Amino acid sequence: MRLLTFSGGIHPDDGKRFSKDREVEPVMPHGEMVYPLSQHIGAPAKPVVKKGDFVLKGQVIAEAGGFVSAPVHASVSGTVKGIEPRFNPAGTKVDCIIVENDEQYTEIEYEPVKPLGEMSREEIIEKIGNAGIVGMGGAGFPTRVKLSPKEPEKIDYVIANCAECEPYITADYRRMLENTDELISGMKVLLTIFPNAKGIFAVEDNKKDCIEKLEEFIQADERMEVKAMMTKYPQGAERQLIYTVTKRAINSAMLPADAGCIVDNVETLIGIHRAVIEGKPLVERVVTVSGDAVNNPGNFKVLLGTSHRELAEAAGGFAAEPEKLISGGPMMGFAMITLDAPVTKTSSSLLAFKKDAVSQLRESACINCGRCVQVCPSRIIPSRLADYAKRHDEVSFVAMNGLECVECGSCSYVCPAKRQLKQAIGSMRKTALANRKK
Amino acid sequence: MNENYNVSSSPHIRDRITSSNIMLMVVIALLPATFFGIWNFRREGAWLLVIVTVAAAVLSEYIWEKLMHKPVTIGDFSAVVTGLLLALNLPPTLPLWMGALGSVFAIIVVKQLFGGLGQNFMNPALAARCFLLICFAGRMTYFVYDGVTGPTPLAQLKAGEAVNTMDMLIGNIRGTIGETSVIAIMIGAMFLLLMGVIELEIPASYLVSFVVFIVIFGGHGFDPQYITAHLCGGGLMLGVWFMATDYVTSPITSSGKIIYGVCMGLLTGLFRIFGGSAEGVSYAIIISNLLVPLIEKITLPKPFGKGGEKHE
Repeated sequence: MRLLTFSGGIHPDDGKRFSKDREVEPVMPHGEMVYPLSQHIGAPAKPVVKKGDFVLKGQVIAEAGGFVSAPVHASVSGTVKGIEPRFNPAGTKVDCIIVENDEQYTEIEYEPVKPLGEMSREEIIEKIGNAGIVGMGGAGFPTRVKLSPKEPEKIDYVIANCAECEPYITADYRRMLENTDELISGMKVLLTIFPNAKGIFAVEDNKKDCIEKLEEFIQADERMEVKAMMTKYPQGAERQLIYTVTKRAINSAMLPADAGCIVDNVETLIGIHRAVIEGKPLVERVVTVSGDAVNNPGNFKVLLGTSHRELAEAAGGFAAEPEKLISGGPMMGFAMITLDAPVTKTSSSLLAFKKDAVSQLRESACINCGRCVQVCPSRIIPSRLADYAKRHDEVSFVAMNGLECVECGSCSYVCPAKRQLKQAIGSMRKTALANRKK
Repeated sequence: MNENYNVSSSPHIRDRITSSNIMLMVVIALLPATFFGIWNFRREGAWLLVIVTVAAAVLSEYIWEKLMHKPVTIGDFSAVVTGLLLALNLPPTLPLWMGALGSVFAIIVVKQLFGGLGQNFMNPALAARCFLLICFAGRMTYFVYDGVTGPTPLAQLKAGEAVNTMDMLIGNIRGTIGETSVIAIMIGAMFLLLMGVIELEIPASYLVSFVVFIVIFGGHGFDPQYITAHLCGGGLMLGVWFMATDYVTSPITSSGKIIYGVCMGLLTGLFRIFGGSAEGVSYAIIISNLLVPLIEKITLPKPFGKGGEKHE
């Protein structure tokens, strides 16, 4: 059978062998927990605690700052030490609530939950919003907003993004194997909100065991299906994923709902299950720690706000001083300037490499080989767009569909001249989008 | 503890391939034709012309970049490729200084004056060949094999004489240093295809449209002997596999590559059948080079989500 796929894309070494067979282990943090007010796209959350307050695990410490926003909850019990700027994993100083962990993990008393069948659509969505759920694959878009399209009955597919196409990361893989029930339960919640939708688990075929397990678990449910996709980066990019599964294509000006789709990744669906079925807020996630500088690569259940330094120690520390740290995958993640940054809702992995594969590279002239054009999933011409970007020619950049770029980095990956194509296109895109809003 | 971590924009991993690897693979792919040519024209001392032409190309790039205070890029092997391609396009008896002059023209006028690697709008080696053809028409069309001067098989074909296609396949005929052996050229072309350096779009559309043209206008109808002679004759194979596929001077879009190939095929047919000289590959390619910006303009792909998602 021909596997489902999209056109373009690349096949980097997936590096998943280092951590895929390591079961998820909890990390017990000590000392300070750091909660950035902005762990999502949209308005930062507003703090509702002040210095000296005692907070319980699961308590709201900052509430949603607008419609497109999400609240933040304490993941430990302890005393608020202050609200001050700290580094986030992307290397920006942002306002954070600092809580001194008392290591008692005293939990707040949660509201009792109603059975799923007795909840209205609005109640379910409100629960998800109040639990602080955001897109945990990396984008951080508030899930409550995503789940509120104008016409919910026109949603035909709820797609569980089980692609995990970024090399090295195995967090979703472990979740699929170890928390299959919760994942499927999260899907059931969404299928309750969207009565006409079919639930699809879209998995890359390098995770055959997940495909088998999911198929076994959903057998009885006619509204759910598992689809195997070709292992190719960026299979998990939202637009490419929707196209792969449904053959419906959306451009940068459209939302998945315009194609009758809602897409949520594995960790998000598990968060949805916990919020709606168990009534608990988002305070933890699974994070992969890997890379050749790490002693014991593995997967860890981490309380949000835990320092990456403690996460690295949980993985046995570093065998050698790494030259490069990455939060997220090697294709789209951020290079970290310090380990003293907290795990946030969108942190899927910490990668540490002895040698930085890119800092020694020198850009040379474009030889017009067309490799970037062949791999571009957005079917645009990265080499030309990067030229326009360097000349600040916004008009040509937009005319040549530069805004359609999904910033997957495939062009930079294949470029034999080692040009920083994605970097140039990405920054021009930000400028163009900002100018458009004016 | 040193905590100065490197920061850079994503992606943080890269494919191994580099521009110089690609150029080096092209050089390797040209070696069978080069060595065959040197052996084939050993009596004419072709080896020295090859060395002088390549050395002149590399040296002129080096000196120009030094004089202009630009980073020296001879390490990317692109000047070697240009010099070698030019050498393979020269008759073995050409005076050495003419070969060197061609290299200087290719590197400085065609490549560096337009901005260096990636900026030239014509294939430097072919532009230099045409430059030499205009300057030294006699020497550039003086062909010898085994000490005997005479017309190339392609010229004989044009004059209506019989030619031996087996000799043309092997290459023991008159012609430029690197164009005579179709077998040697194809070994290199296969290597480039297998290594993913070139793809079939341009060569296939070039060859198919050329064959269609000569079948219709060649006056011999569908005569396999005549078609084979045309395919193996002159610089067609060298041009199709090594110069039409030059990245810099060909379109970046997939459908553009096919149009570009068709342009070259038709022009080659036109020049060979209706032109004054027997050969037309070089002119067909450099004229098509000039059409590339226009071809790209009309073949811009539709982006994903705007109709472009279906094209595999």
